[in-house]
Amino acid sequence: MNILVCVKRVPAPGAKINVTDDGQSVDAAHLGFTTSPHEECALEEAVQIAERDGGEVTVLTLGPVEAEEQLRYAASVGAHKIILVPTDGSAWDPQRTAVALTQAIETAEAANGSAFELILFGNESADSGGFQVGVRVAHKLGRPIVNAIKGIVPGDGSVTANREIDGGFEVYEVPTPAVLGVKEGINLPRYPTMKGRLASKKAVLETAEIDAAAGGQTLVKLHRPPEQASNTEILGTDESAASAIVDILEEIGVLA
Amino acid sequence: MSALLVVLEHDRGKWSEANDEALTAARQLVADMADGAELHAVLIGDGALDLAGQAGAGGAAVVHVANDAMLTDFGPEACGETVVQLAVAESVAAVMAVGTSRGNEVLAQVAARMDLPFVANCMTIAPGAGSWSMTRVQWGGSLLEDATLDSGDGPKLVTYGHHAVVAAPAAAPGAGEVREFAPTLDASLARTIVKDRDVQTAGVTLSTAPVVVSGGRGVGSAEGFAQLEELASLLGGRVGCSRAVTNLGWRNHTDQVGQTGTRIAPEIYIATGISGAIQHWVGAMASKRILAINTDAEANMVAKADYAVIADLHKVVPAITAEIKRRKGL
Repeated sequence: MNILVCVKRVPAPGAKINVTDDGQSVDAAHLGFTTSPHEECALEEAVQIAERDGGEVTVLTLGPVEAEEQLRYAASVGAHKIILVPTDGSAWDPQRTAVALTQAIETAEAANGSAFELILFGNESADSGGFQVGVRVAHKLGRPIVNAIKGIVPGDGSVTANREIDGGFEVYEVPTPAVLGVKEGINLPRYPTMKGRLASKKAVLETAEIDAAAGGQTLVKLHRPPEQASNTEILGTDESAASAIVDILEEIGVLA
Repeated sequence: MSALLVVLEHDRGKWSEANDEALTAARQLVADMADGAELHAVLIGDGALDLAGQAGAGGAAVVHVANDAMLTDFGPEACGETVVQLAVAESVAAVMAVGTSRGNEVLAQVAARMDLPFVANCMTIAPGAGSWSMTRVQWGGSLLEDATLDSGDGPKLVTYGHHAVVAAPAAAPGAGEVREFAPTLDASLARTIVKDRDVQTAGVTLSTAPVVVSGGRGVGSAEGFAQLEELASLLGGRVGCSRAVTNLGWRNHTDQVGQTGTRIAPEIYIATGISGAIQHWVGAMASKRILAINTDAEANMVAKADYAVIADLHKVVPAITAEIKRRKGL
């Protein structure tokens, strides 16, 4: 099964996120970058399926030229082909992103002479969280999509996909070629091996040419929510605080 | 007269708690829209008809009940297509939902099918004559984005973030006029209707538990969670954990509290050995009260908590358990 995984390069925040002075982006001066978590799991799932059943894994990203770092990482953990859709580095709105990704996918499929049987997106990106790019791309390609997937079993001409609901799963059986929005927890992504790291340096970076106009959602300004005054009540510095804690549990009525 | 169409959810005929938020937000939004817009609601599929009264009580002037032989259960494509056809038939000015897993997915389907912009997870929305302005969440809520939405002649498509609005009963019920709607659904859309269910946990789940006792890297091992399990079960709660813990393989991902895990809203959240990275905080911030137990007084979780104990969780947690047992006479 040939699988395409669409990933996004995002800052790796610690305890606090700062915004640049112009309010147009996250101040990444002191942050590293990573692959958005849901997509890292989507990639791991694709690699596991290919290892088990055969086929190739292609990874596609739309982003600044620096996103090559995330594509090389993908190659180091098992992706066979990597494709970059370069932007000017500014944040693209979801409609524009979806048009560009669709063009890049159609180009890659034309070159392969066949459709990817499965295309995986993350359920939503960790940063802008638009909850829509995968759905838009699937619709443009005329393929089915289901989101919030935490289990995939490839079948003959279809995939069985489990969507997480409170306390269990909904089960979908989707005909291929299909698109799925994957959530973290579907697997535990591997770390690259030394051999994988070396191989990733030799992976050929393809670049896709696209032409996509801005959509109707426009970012005006990013800002941090108002800081809530910190007035933590320190109940103690050893286990003798247990009595004060249980007083609180009693007071709020959870001890019944 | 223009209309705001609010998409309501149900699970096999069971009213979703998010609908109360959706109707609360919709009443405000419709009041802010120009020229006396009317509040319409839509409920889709088997079991929807029985819930129409609740939508009317929540302020809907018109409740559309959409049905088709295909709509036996949830299906993102069939639901999205149904909303598109209704929105076109009624020439609505806007379509709105709450940004639950299904809410955002159905609105994304509507947006893709109509080729219109869609702004997800708004905190506040200011309708205008042409474009609308809104503040929406990024990074799960730790960053805010002011944005504008220009949909040309088409309806505005938006969701409010889940828990962004506090649900309140309507001051006065709407007329609640029930109108049946029969969409024309292509047979191919059956491809994404739910086929089956696999229910694994009955009873209290992480997202509904009144008490959540979580552990982070500071717990030290998978076995270390036994102390947290004992405390949680005494309180009728559930055990949660941080992303670091699931990445270490100590707990299953279903226990993860965070942006990419479960969003919790307990009466009290007891966070032990958790530093409180953004990823974790946004999953915990809807908790009514937070107690942090950590050896590091400078930890982000301690700074954001209502109560804190600066000590080793391995000593404090068993002491809490013992004190509860003593008071209960166990």
